[in-house]
Amino acid sequence: MRRSPALAAMGVLAALLAAAPALAAEIVVGLNVELTGSIPVVGQSSLNGARMAVDEVNQAGGLQVGGQRYTVRLQVEDNEDKAQSAVAAAQKLYYQDNVIAMIGPNASRNAVPAADIAESARAPMISPWSTNPSTTRGKRYVFRAAFTDDFQGRVVASFARQHFNAQRAAVLFDVASEYNKGIAEVFRQAFTELGGQVVAFETYTTGDKDFLSQLTKIRAARPDILFLPNYYSEVPLQVQQAHMIGLNVPIIGSDSWGFSDLLTLGGADMEGLMFTTHYAPDIATPVARRFIDAYRQRYGSAPDDVAALTYDSFQLLFLALQQAGRVDREAVRNALASIQRYEGVTGTMQFKGTGDPIKSAVVIQIKDGQFKYFTTANP
Amino acid sequence: MIAYLLQQAINALQLGSVYALIALGYSMVYGVLRLINFAHGDVFMVGAFLGFFAAAVMRWPFVATLLFSMVGTAALGVTIERVAYRPLRDAPRVSAVITALGVGLFLEHFVLATVGAQPRQIPRMIPVRFYPLPGGIGFSSSQAVIFGVALLLMLVLDLFVNRTMTGMAMRAISWDIRHLPLMGVPVNRIVSLTFAIGSALAAAGGILVGLAYPIIDPYMGILVGWKAFVAAVVGGIGSVRGAMVGGYVLAATEVFVAAFLPSTYRDFVAFSLLLALLVFRPTGMLGRVWAQKV
Repeated sequence: MRRSPALAAMGVLAALLAAAPALAAEIVVGLNVELTGSIPVVGQSSLNGARMAVDEVNQAGGLQVGGQRYTVRLQVEDNEDKAQSAVAAAQKLYYQDNVIAMIGPNASRNAVPAADIAESARAPMISPWSTNPSTTRGKRYVFRAAFTDDFQGRVVASFARQHFNAQRAAVLFDVASEYNKGIAEVFRQAFTELGGQVVAFETYTTGDKDFLSQLTKIRAARPDILFLPNYYSEVPLQVQQAHMIGLNVPIIGSDSWGFSDLLTLGGADMEGLMFTTHYAPDIATPVARRFIDAYRQRYGSAPDDVAALTYDSFQLLFLALQQAGRVDREAVRNALASIQRYEGVTGTMQFKGTGDPIKSAVVIQIKDGQFKYFTTANP
Repeated sequence: MIAYLLQQAINALQLGSVYALIALGYSMVYGVLRLINFAHGDVFMVGAFLGFFAAAVMRWPFVATLLFSMVGTAALGVTIERVAYRPLRDAPRVSAVITALGVGLFLEHFVLATVGAQPRQIPRMIPVRFYPLPGGIGFSSSQAVIFGVALLLMLVLDLFVNRTMTGMAMRAISWDIRHLPLMGVPVNRIVSLTFAIGSALAAAGGILVGLAYPIIDPYMGILVGWKAFVAAVVGGIGSVRGAMVGGYVLAATEVFVAAFLPSTYRDFVAFSLLLALLVFRPTGMLGRVWAQKV
């Protein structure tokens, strides 16, 4: 009797598959990030943060869930920074790889459509970096590690009122970009509610380089403070032109400023300015310190917001798994929604039934050409 | 109020100088070849990147940077015409326009592949000074240089086109390219020269943009290129003086709309006004009416 080698191989494979669960209990976590496309830095940082979190847990002997030790395995998918690829990646992770939960996507334009897949799969998703309110709004299984645009707009408004004692504020923002527009509008509302007055609310369109007309108008409105919730490639031009026409009021920004390019492009004009963001690398909580040192040692650079938020997303998931006590999507979801207190790299977080964490923002000041922690801020 | 108006007028002069220099290239090429050279905005971008190379890497001063960038870009313009447009001179117009779009994409992605996508900063080539005028307004050294250089270049060009034999040949091509060789005019050489001058002016625009807005990226030519094209049409495409006037008119419209209305309406109102102008003067402000020869 002859047996074909293929059949023999299949037999061996089947035996291995049957034996696998007994050899090592494994938890598979999906990562759905922007490794290619227009923001590859974001995907790479996210992957770095994810690998660190997973390796740390495995080196410590695995994750203890309900009295059993599990090895954590990372399943990485590239969403190419495209909405449809993010959806396809989410479907593959949930239905084919059978992950317990998915971390990512980071950009809101990918996270919002992927969140719908998480809802229909009834499986947890944590977006590290998405700040758009609609990512989690009305969803049961979707969480995030970052604060929302609404929150940030209110934080900037109260910081402007309290720290700068500003009475009259001006805003210049990109009307063609959802992020900038959202924060600007929340800021206007919050600043007015706090007793201030928004004396100029000026706009431009993505790609503009000349802001003199708007800035001249802003100068004529005599504001005490100027808010620029715009991206790091445009802010330096706006600041330089404001200084050029003699508009020398304090200028503040939002988390879109937090890239080192802002410093190289802006130079001396950026000195002393402040913006709100997720975390400060030089803030000295022991948890953050340990993460930053380990990250620097492993990758040779300081972790940015995305790396830190991804790391925190994994810690939240691990904590929820431990609290749930079993590897079950519904149980993990319930545990995530009721995390009382998690001390993370990007601050202390708490969840109260919704997918948005209750946490603080930090204010960074640009000093000697570097981002320096200034204070912690709340609305 | 008058001070505010004057300050906005100074802003319009700076922006208009840039638009006018780029619009000239569109208008000159259209004048001789009836071709809308959509790659022109990207030629302007290459000019800015050559300026970046000269100023940031070689650390050359302003004038050397300007000349280097203008010469390099002129060579690029001549090459583009030779390689991409000349073989299509007798092909349907639409083929040449599509080719122009392709050349533009090629330039963008060539710079993207070689230099990279991240924005670059052009170092300050002239010391930044602010000169106050009465009434709390003022202008900066870079604004003065931008306006001065643009005015000088346009003056030289105007003299060249209207007062020299070569300039006359250029104008003659725009009347009748088919029969001009019979008069002994070297058409190909004049066309090359037109591309060289147009591209060099775009490079000058790129360097001046580098003075005013010192952050450059491979996609910077798209928006400015479109606006300069509009300026050329408003001024009367094919007309050299029209392109200059169109550049300043477009800039003034944009600046003053934003100065007195919510800036969200800037492009909407500005371009509606320009459209209305074209309804009454379809050939633009200084454009000629072209009689169809049968």
